[in-house]
Amino acid sequence: MPDLLIELLSEEIPARMQARAADDLRRLVTDGLVEAGLTYAHAGAFVTPRRLTLHVEGLTDRSPDSREDRKGPRVSAPDKAVEGFARGAGVARDALVARDTGKGEVWFAVIDRKGRPASDIVAEVLERTIRDFPWPKSMRWGRGTLRWVRPLHRILCLLTREDGAQIVPLDVDGIVAGDVTEGHRFMAPEPFRVTGFEDYAARLRRAFVVLDADERAETIRNAAQNAAFALGLEVVEDNALLAEVAGLVEWPVVLTGAIEERFLTLPPEVLQTSMREHQKFFSLRDREGRIVRFVTVANRETADDGATILAGNQRVLSARLSDAAFFWANDLRVARAGMGPWLDKLRDVTFHAKLGSQAERIDRIAALAREIAGDVGADPDLAEQAARFAKADLASEMVYEFPELQGVMGRYYAAEAGLPPEVAQAAQDHYAPLGPSDAVPTAPVSVAVALADKIDTLTGFWAIDEKPTGSKDPYALRRAALGVIRLIIELDIRIDMSEVFYRSRMLSDRTILSLTEQDKLTELEQVMSFLNIQTRADLEKIQNRLSREQAKQIRSPEWENLTFEEAQEKLEDLLRVGRIENAAADAIAAKTSTLAFLHDRLKVHLREQGIRHDVIDACLAMPGNDDLTLLVRRAEALEAFLRTEDGANLVQGFRRANNILTQAEEADGVEYSYGADVKYAETDEERALFAALDAAQPKIDAAMKAEDFGAAMTALAGLRAPIDAFFDGVQVNTDSQILRRNRLNLLSRIRRLCLDVADLTRLQG
Amino acid sequence: MTATRPRSFQDIILSLQSYWARQGCAILQPYDMEVGAGTFHPATTMRALGPRDWTAAYVQPSRRPTDGRYGDSPNRWQHYYQFQVIIKPSPPDLQALYLGSLQAIGIDAALHDIRFVEDDWESPTLGAWGLGWEVWCDGMEVSQFTYFQQVGGHDCHPVSGELTYGLERLAMYVLGHDDGNAMPFNAPDAAIPLTYGDVFGEAEAQYARWNFDTADTDMLFQHFKDAEAECARILDAPADDPKTGRRIVMALPAYDQCIKASHLFNLLDARGVISVTERQSYIGRVRALAKRCADAFVQTEAGGWSADAA
Repeated sequence: MPDLLIELLSEEIPARMQARAADDLRRLVTDGLVEAGLTYAHAGAFVTPRRLTLHVEGLTDRSPDSREDRKGPRVSAPDKAVEGFARGAGVARDALVARDTGKGEVWFAVIDRKGRPASDIVAEVLERTIRDFPWPKSMRWGRGTLRWVRPLHRILCLLTREDGAQIVPLDVDGIVAGDVTEGHRFMAPEPFRVTGFEDYAARLRRAFVVLDADERAETIRNAAQNAAFALGLEVVEDNALLAEVAGLVEWPVVLTGAIEERFLTLPPEVLQTSMREHQKFFSLRDREGRIVRFVTVANRETADDGATILAGNQRVLSARLSDAAFFWANDLRVARAGMGPWLDKLRDVTFHAKLGSQAERIDRIAALAREIAGDVGADPDLAEQAARFAKADLASEMVYEFPELQGVMGRYYAAEAGLPPEVAQAAQDHYAPLGPSDAVPTAPVSVAVALADKIDTLTGFWAIDEKPTGSKDPYALRRAALGVIRLIIELDIRIDMSEVFYRSRMLSDRTILSLTEQDKLTELEQVMSFLNIQTRADLEKIQNRLSREQAKQIRSPEWENLTFEEAQEKLEDLLRVGRIENAAADAIAAKTSTLAFLHDRLKVHLREQGIRHDVIDACLAMPGNDDLTLLVRRAEALEAFLRTEDGANLVQGFRRANNILTQAEEADGVEYSYGADVKYAETDEERALFAALDAAQPKIDAAMKAEDFGAAMTALAGLRAPIDAFFDGVQVNTDSQILRRNRLNLLSRIRRLCLDVADLTRLQG
Repeated sequence: MTATRPRSFQDIILSLQSYWARQGCAILQPYDMEVGAGTFHPATTMRALGPRDWTAAYVQPSRRPTDGRYGDSPNRWQHYYQFQVIIKPSPPDLQALYLGSLQAIGIDAALHDIRFVEDDWESPTLGAWGLGWEVWCDGMEVSQFTYFQQVGGHDCHPVSGELTYGLERLAMYVLGHDDGNAMPFNAPDAAIPLTYGDVFGEAEAQYARWNFDTADTDMLFQHFKDAEAECARILDAPADDPKTGRRIVMALPAYDQCIKASHLFNLLDARGVISVTERQSYIGRVRALAKRCADAFVQTEAGGWSADAA
């Protein structure tokens, strides 16, 4: 059972591609070996900046012999067909055997394949792997046509047995496989020969190469932590950076250095981001959370213990931080003067060609934030103000340089501008939550802006028909929807989403209209002046509530002859009607479909929380489903209820009642909905059920009024025993029509009570 | 290595030139036009095209009008120097050759941390791209190292290896100066010692003023159109020259016009008269010229055309 060792030595492989490449090498080679009939015990892949390595243990020596009986044409087939078959199967014509298949005599070719030695198979598989390797980006070099991520220099390919190692014969475009590799580019560049994996790994280590990326990462992590600990500091965790840095070195050497005093006044986020993005430094912070030193990872040891390297890094850092300090100083000047120039600049920054500039977007978010402020317990003035300044930092020099600092800088600048702390906080928090695990902001003003921002995104892109499809969601609308959902349900916010989407859509439409149908907007404004609407606020109020169709209507000639009072009255009517029928069918449709999208994402979210999909459907079917908090409370209560024995049985009872009723209603062509009278009750079971329903009804009504679904369902559960007893002891369909009708009407009381709580017909059996 | 440690900006240039001369490169002089980077020199852009072997190294003064800081910045100038090496086909030991050049200017790999960090190069104006790295020395980018894959929309066969050294930054590092204007240009103990700022400070201020505020934008727009038109006109001329009766495809004169257009665009950009959306369209227009020039160059003998094959 030989072991296989493969190493592909190249010029430096981009760090971001390394892990995936090691995985691909292991998968492609082992799949190829198995497909060719070999088996193996274990395979492990490794990667450093210059090498991809694969170690396969316990490989079989050769693939097994095999025999195939290949079915050919009928014996009666023309000669040509038979000859063609024999040639295709690679056997002589005389070697074909005739066999009776039950449907006549048919020629068979018996093909014997000899097993092949592992080395042949490895050579074939490795060559194919190299030629077809799925690099995200690959290149040619020199005169060649071979593609690799960077020039490929050596192929090491060895099969090692107890009695020694064998080089697998392989030549890929002039690169001949051997048993030779090289150590660290600078510390031990001489080539050396190896005999197998253990020898290889040990010699590499002596040649200053740590083969395993995880080991390099651990070494860096520990050395950095120790260095920080010795200084009374702590390393700012950054696993993405750790993985990247481990992919940039073969022999990690951790060095720590100081940040010049003059830069310590920069916000810690700026220090950390600048050091990470430009220098790939880790940050060290003190007990107060200030970032005061850095860790850099060199790729070598030096005679001066890294002094030259550290000094160089420190100089580069100072130059970088000088830039950052320059941006910070410039930005502070603008911030302290109230950020006016930034807000102006955002008029020229396009958010989306059809949705206008960032400034127009901010106007919409501000209007929406003001509207929903009350629902989230925020002061409307503060919410609007926060929305107006939340994105001002997008025009700052620092955010231009480091886009990932958006929001964070906004908080600093808003504070410097003397804005209220809630406004500053919202500048940072309104982007959250960014993902399923990102925390949800809780400060009311932040929540108002965070909701308005996401809702505007949803309705805006919906309005211009840029909806997510399949795996494509370029504007991250699913993330925005999940953000809305999490904000609402985690903070128990009571808000009519249907109404909010409608308002938001009206705001988006205004921008879209102003961009695409400037003339119509102007006409609308003429109508307004005709209606003697004087103030800007009046105008906005009306415009917000008018759809395009409505605007068209009030431009019709009959309006021209109306007095102002008449026109006003008619307009009021129109607006009132508009809320119900709404001529703006598109807005309604959009509202419905954005709400449907939100419900869709909510379903996904709740399923992840362990709530059954039919439970969600049963609750979605209820009125008031545009109040997500109510919806979730109902679903959670129903889910819990169904997990109890009473709950599960009650649903059985409901189903039985509903089935009998539905059948009777279909047969009789009437709806049994009321009129059950206890005086027609014949049996104790019937009377007991009447009593139980009479007792439960007020409890359930009260609980529902209080939106206490748990209590309502507990009260429902109390009906289980009387319902079961009723079905056990009473025949509903009796000969007496009076009794039958009374019993059906009794069942309808059960149905109505249950359906008030949730649409139990949607539950699966 | 026999190199002594460089003491001045010009020592670095001289060391690099003599090092690459020893490696067999043709040491060219700068191209005599305003360019944004050493890559624009036809010795790189045009010679990377076609099948013929090529090797050259040269200093290229380069201009980026938007980088002007009136001579006040310690590390940013609107006029600066690049040192450029191009070898076609890229030799297998190009990395080692490159590291040798660092040794030649006094960067001892035994004391410094030299790293090849992924950085793929792309020039939208030249329709060119390649894969490679930025080379870091102790965390500072000292060179760009690229294997050209495409130029002017043509696949490179064979592939050229291109090295670009940003000379000011490299020199500041090697000479130990944080302020580039203060670094010695010639020998510090010369009878008349000059700093980088002595040589260029005045020009930086004057050009910054002209670039940002004074240049006549109507004229620049007109010159851009003129260069664009002339480039097309040159390339539209038939290959056969009626006067000499020889086949002379004028790819290089046309390419000069492309270089001009590119620089004029940079000046207009610095004047702030090109909007974000127009920007893309101007870059596209220059790229269209570069592509046509590349198409023409491969129709020349230097670009691999031969009468036999045609």
